[in-house]
Amino acid sequence: MTNNISSQQLIIEGAGCASCVGKIERALKGALGVVSAEMNFADRTAVVVGTAKTEELIRAVESVGYNAKPIDHSSAAEVIDEKEVADRAYYKKLMRDTFIALSLGVPLMIYSIVVGEMTVETDLERISWFMVGVLTFGVMYFSGKHFYVGAWKSFKNHSANMDTLIALGTGTAWIYSMVVVFVPDAVPMMARHVYFEATAMIIGLIDLGLALELKARGKTSEAIKRLIGLQAKTATVIRDNKEVQIGIEKVLLNDVVKVKPGEKISVDGVVLEGHTSIDESMLTGEPMPVEKVEKDEVVAGTLNKSGMIFFKATRVGKDTALAQIIDMVKRAQNSKPPIGRLADVISGYFVPVVMIISVLSALAWLNLGPDPAIAFAIVSATTVLIIACPCALGLATPMSVMVGVGKAAEAGVLIRNGEALQTASKITAMILDKTGTITDGAPKVTDIVLANATNDKEVLQLAASLESGSEHPLAQAIVESALERGIELLKIDSFNAITGFGVEANCDKSALLFGNDKLMAVKDVDITGYVEQAQTLAKEAKTPMYFAIDGQLAAIIAVADPIKPDSISAIKRLQANDIRVIMLTGDYKETAAAVAAKVGITEFLAEVLPADKANKVQELQDSGETVGMTGDGINDAPALALADVGFAIGTGTDVAIESADITLMRGSLHGLADAIAVSKATLRNIKQNLFGAFIYNVSGIPFAAGALYPFFGILLSPVIAGAAMAFSSLTVVSNANRLRLFKAQEH
Amino acid sequence: MIIINILGVALIAIIVWWFWLYKPNKTVVINNEILIEVKDGMYSPSSIQVSASQPVTLKFVRKDQSPCAETMLIPSLDISEQLKLNEVTQITLLDLSPGEYEFHCQMQMYRGVLKVI
Repeated sequence: MTNNISSQQLIIEGAGCASCVGKIERALKGALGVVSAEMNFADRTAVVVGTAKTEELIRAVESVGYNAKPIDHSSAAEVIDEKEVADRAYYKKLMRDTFIALSLGVPLMIYSIVVGEMTVETDLERISWFMVGVLTFGVMYFSGKHFYVGAWKSFKNHSANMDTLIALGTGTAWIYSMVVVFVPDAVPMMARHVYFEATAMIIGLIDLGLALELKARGKTSEAIKRLIGLQAKTATVIRDNKEVQIGIEKVLLNDVVKVKPGEKISVDGVVLEGHTSIDESMLTGEPMPVEKVEKDEVVAGTLNKSGMIFFKATRVGKDTALAQIIDMVKRAQNSKPPIGRLADVISGYFVPVVMIISVLSALAWLNLGPDPAIAFAIVSATTVLIIACPCALGLATPMSVMVGVGKAAEAGVLIRNGEALQTASKITAMILDKTGTITDGAPKVTDIVLANATNDKEVLQLAASLESGSEHPLAQAIVESALERGIELLKIDSFNAITGFGVEANCDKSALLFGNDKLMAVKDVDITGYVEQAQTLAKEAKTPMYFAIDGQLAAIIAVADPIKPDSISAIKRLQANDIRVIMLTGDYKETAAAVAAKVGITEFLAEVLPADKANKVQELQDSGETVGMTGDGINDAPALALADVGFAIGTGTDVAIESADITLMRGSLHGLADAIAVSKATLRNIKQNLFGAFIYNVSGIPFAAGALYPFFGILLSPVIAGAAMAFSSLTVVSNANRLRLFKAQEH
Repeated sequence: MIIINILGVALIAIIVWWFWLYKPNKTVVINNEILIEVKDGMYSPSSIQVSASQPVTLKFVRKDQSPCAETMLIPSLDISEQLKLNEVTQITLLDLSPGEYEFHCQMQMYRGVLKVI
């Protein structure tokens, strides 16, 4: 890694006893170039000083039977800190540059306003203006060097950027002024003005604009800073029955971590001991603390409220959900929605086009302008170069996306990229899966209607044993209900899940069948006489299922899945945004109708097979709708993938980042309405920015070229152009910052 | 006046030629690793050629403090990376199929291309 003497830190894995320390230290010291090596047994780290490469150190440790890996110091928090320090230093430099340039520019400006034209007629004037010219050169060197160097380098590379425009504009003004000073005879009497104040002022104003923009940009990344700030710095782990406090980067997989009330969870893990309530609002936006007991998952960055727990680390470092969320938000913040593409294409051609306009405008003045034509030509050429602002155009989209995606993350909504953000703002139809989306997804057994069976306990035992093989939420409800009643499950074989119908298996020579009426029909089970009862249950928003033993209907088991408390208000919010809300479910028509009526949905499709969900998405798309699909991300994968925007509803912090365009970290459907509201606000902001930037450039450039002169006798001063240019990009960034004030509707 | 007009038109022609028509042949052919300096509004080298189906590592060293240089995007690969100031930011690309992959800053002022053949 390095050839200079440096200090490196390694995590040593597998060192179980204090005697290992000596062995490892000796091995490390034996590596080429190591000056000293010391191992800290408590936190299992070693500090090695010398010129050795990290790989060699790892090999040395491995040669004596242990594993080692370098400590990654570039943790997100540190990177942000470094960036802030660098930004602060750059801001100071820009402000100093501004001060130098304006110290010369402002007095010159005042002079030009008070005294009038800065003409060169007498020798004394020539000498004084020459000295001012030298001072201006000093300003160009000290405060504007970066423009000229950047312009030259990109020129050599056949490209042009903002630096090119500023360097050309200020350079032209300065060179012309120096020509007037040295060879006044080269220009007509009336045109013998100097424009040193323009050069100094433009440099000062643009430096000031850059400094203010840097400050404003810092604010656009507040959301990511907040997420990074959630990470704990240290963790208390149990090693050799002793508690040691270590940095979180040193926590290893399977470490036992102790968390006291009021402390942050340091890494992801599973509770081994204790119970507590944990505030997960910072990640999910869900205000209620979540109860955690043994075997429950805990997530890095959340806050332990009440009890002390011990948990086993299951994901550390870059693998924790928090680290992945940060990574995803960062990526999304830097991606561009399609709306920004036109601006990109334009900025590719922008600068050379402006240069051409500048030449054309100078030619027009020289050919058609009044005297002193040359002076007008120089002023208009300079002003065109200076007023044109490729930055405003280039910044319009990314700045808003940065703030919008960050704002969404604060509300527990993870947006994959700019495209998803843009499409989400245009959604006209939203398909909601019923189970787990509108409802809790944790159904409970409510009724057992006996048919040919005589004992509901026996029915539940067999049904639960059969369903123990299935992962369907309804199946789990039956299993849980049996376990709650202390019923022991029996062994089953030949288990077979028939998607969209139900399941079958054998248990102790009995053939068991469990599922909907279609399954019963296919398997020739007679259900006449019970259909009405099933329908009555369904109308109560319960899901009735038929259970048959050896081809005979044994019972109807009804399961109900409670509707999430805020589903109704969230669906209302969607509908208020003119979004067609459609519910899809594999459940019975009657159950679906009951649920739909309760939550205020008029369009629904029941008894839908998973494959049909995708068909429904397609059908809506064919009829011209922009379709959003919300599901749990597993059963609904094809429909989620086909939809214009797929929303995955995370249960708690179990983030299904992979499958969806937008992931809602809490279960509430308000996340959906929030996601759409944020994307609409962001898109509106981008449009304002793009519109502003286009209008600014499209109207500013002809104005600068002197389009108004023939009618009103107005020609823009290059200094005004400099101010306009500096503040146009600042305006874009500030407008994007306005998005920070966006609040998802109260709920 | 005629001369001035001719000069003006010639200047426009030069701008068009220099910035659009002229195709610099400064492509750097590399095996699997390249250090790219990010400074003064440019990536250097900015045109890089590699052979397909082998991993390539781009090591960016950002020496420009201006925030413009901070983000590097490879849109066609869905990559966006924050470049750390005065440090190496490494991006390894595996199994690239032949084609041209543009990389640029957020505002497309810094631009470069990775040619995979």
